[in-house]
Amino acid sequence: MATFSEEQNLPGPIYVYQIPVRIWHWLHALSITTLIITGYFIANPLPSMSGEASDHFVMGTLRLVHFSSAFVFAIGLLVRFYLAFIGNHYARELIIVPVFHGGFWRRVWHEIKFYAFVTRKCRKNVGHNTLAQLFMWMINIVLALFMMCTGFALYSQGTGAGSWADSLFGWVFVLEASSQTVRMWHLMGMWLMLLFIIVHVYMVIRADFASRQNGTSAMITGWRTFKDDGPIEPR
Amino acid sequence: MSAHETFYEVMRRHGITRRSFLKFCSLTAAGLGLGPEFAGRIAHALETKPRTPVIWLHGLECTCCTESFIRSGNPLAGDVVLSMISLDYDDTLMAAAGHQAEELLQQTVDKYDGEFILACEGNPPLNEDGMYCIQAGKPYVEKLRYMADHCKAIIAWGSCASWGCVQAARPNPTQATPIHKVILDKPVIKVPGCPPIAEVMTGVITYMLAFDRLPPLDRQGRPKMFYGQRLHDKCYRRPHFDAGQFVEKFDDEGARKGYCLYKVGCKGPTTYNACSTIEWNGGLSWPVKSGHGCLGCAEENFWDKGSFYSPVSNLNVTGNVEATANQIGGTIAAAAAIGVAAHAAATVVQKVTAKKPPVSEEVSNG
Repeated sequence: MATFSEEQNLPGPIYVYQIPVRIWHWLHALSITTLIITGYFIANPLPSMSGEASDHFVMGTLRLVHFSSAFVFAIGLLVRFYLAFIGNHYARELIIVPVFHGGFWRRVWHEIKFYAFVTRKCRKNVGHNTLAQLFMWMINIVLALFMMCTGFALYSQGTGAGSWADSLFGWVFVLEASSQTVRMWHLMGMWLMLLFIIVHVYMVIRADFASRQNGTSAMITGWRTFKDDGPIEPR
Repeated sequence: MSAHETFYEVMRRHGITRRSFLKFCSLTAAGLGLGPEFAGRIAHALETKPRTPVIWLHGLECTCCTESFIRSGNPLAGDVVLSMISLDYDDTLMAAAGHQAEELLQQTVDKYDGEFILACEGNPPLNEDGMYCIQAGKPYVEKLRYMADHCKAIIAWGSCASWGCVQAARPNPTQATPIHKVILDKPVIKVPGCPPIAEVMTGVITYMLAFDRLPPLDRQGRPKMFYGQRLHDKCYRRPHFDAGQFVEKFDDEGARKGYCLYKVGCKGPTTYNACSTIEWNGGLSWPVKSGHGCLGCAEENFWDKGSFYSPVSNLNVTGNVEATANQIGGTIAAAAAIGVAAHAAATVVQKVTAKKPPVSEEVSNG
């Protein structure tokens, strides 16, 4: 259990992101990027192709790539849940947010003040900072599961009644009978994913030069390094 | 007329020959997706079973379901079923009127309590105690509830009865409500479409009359044989969709060549109906075949989704706020990008203006 007291000096480096978690992260990033691009062009198709229909397979290819990436995304998500069980303490941060832990909301408040430039005091974080953890959970668990369920429900329209996708995800159409509406919510989710990417990439790069620890390199090497030897507590 | 006369007897009495009767049976078997041996079973059932009365009620509607029904591309099928039905009660088609007509309703309830099929066209408005639809001096919802109490099963004809349709479009001032939300204790078979295809209507009703049970229904309560697939799945323009060949405008080269209508708003990919297989008016045509996208008329709330001419339709987030996912999402993403840029600038300013940041001190030490 890797918990450190607030006052204890923490020089680092600490091994945080194990290899499977890092592989998952980059596969996940790749699948989301592919899903966003292909998904956008499924909802808003490219300019029409001319010539014979048999010469082209543009929409078909977009859909094929979208569905293939969706399987990478969904199976990856399941594997990620498994990694939370077998991985280290930090592998669970994404899935279990300690909202009932006394210090959690105080730290969230601190991070909000930090990002709002209200305080210059910066807290060291071995894994995610609490605000990031909350945001990660909302996107990579809640939104990801939402996209997975609506996505496979829409996929079941093609595989047909009685197919595995229909049996497992057809309940979506009980909640919302209009598949056009489900489609539009799925599209809305795509935009939220894009929002997540913008904020996430920015925050990580920002952490590289405006926090007390490394950002990008942690998800490449797995090691968390610190820029000072001081304690965790904000300073 | 005897209480125990069969369908066949009724048809013969209406001048339908045995030959025509058998043709109807095979056609219906084919329409229901049953094997050839079922033609004989349908014929046998219609010859031997006592006729099940059908009461056809009209609530808030435009009568397009009836119009579709009597314009069945195969007049035989329509006539046969119609003559079986109109005998009992249908405000639009029956000869009786006024008190005489209302008496027929009561007679059916007395004679066939729990045995007749209730076919509902249109829906009841519930606002102001149902005062927006008055029949024979009473709110329609009362008549519907009374008849539903005594019927065996309900067929909800069309999108009005199934989903609510135009009169239930926001803000739905009369509070028009689909049948399955008013009658909770009887099976309701939804046959959506605005109107439904005539052959689908005759097929559903014949299945129920001949086999004395409900047709297999999907999750939404629609008969699987007609609503099991989307228009898109059997669309003859599907190869153009997969190829990425779209009509961009209704007067362009693509439109003349019969490309896919998805980009001009065709809702075929999200609409469950039999248009692309059975087609309309006896297989003469259907919307996509005539060069116009599907409006999605068989789907819930198809009126409330904004333009019929865009593949990205409206999301009604709250109250009267209408926007497409692209508008909302695009705004959010743009706001995020601007926010991030501003935040980055502020971070730089903070760094520059920092008097003696402890962090940089530590870095220089380390």
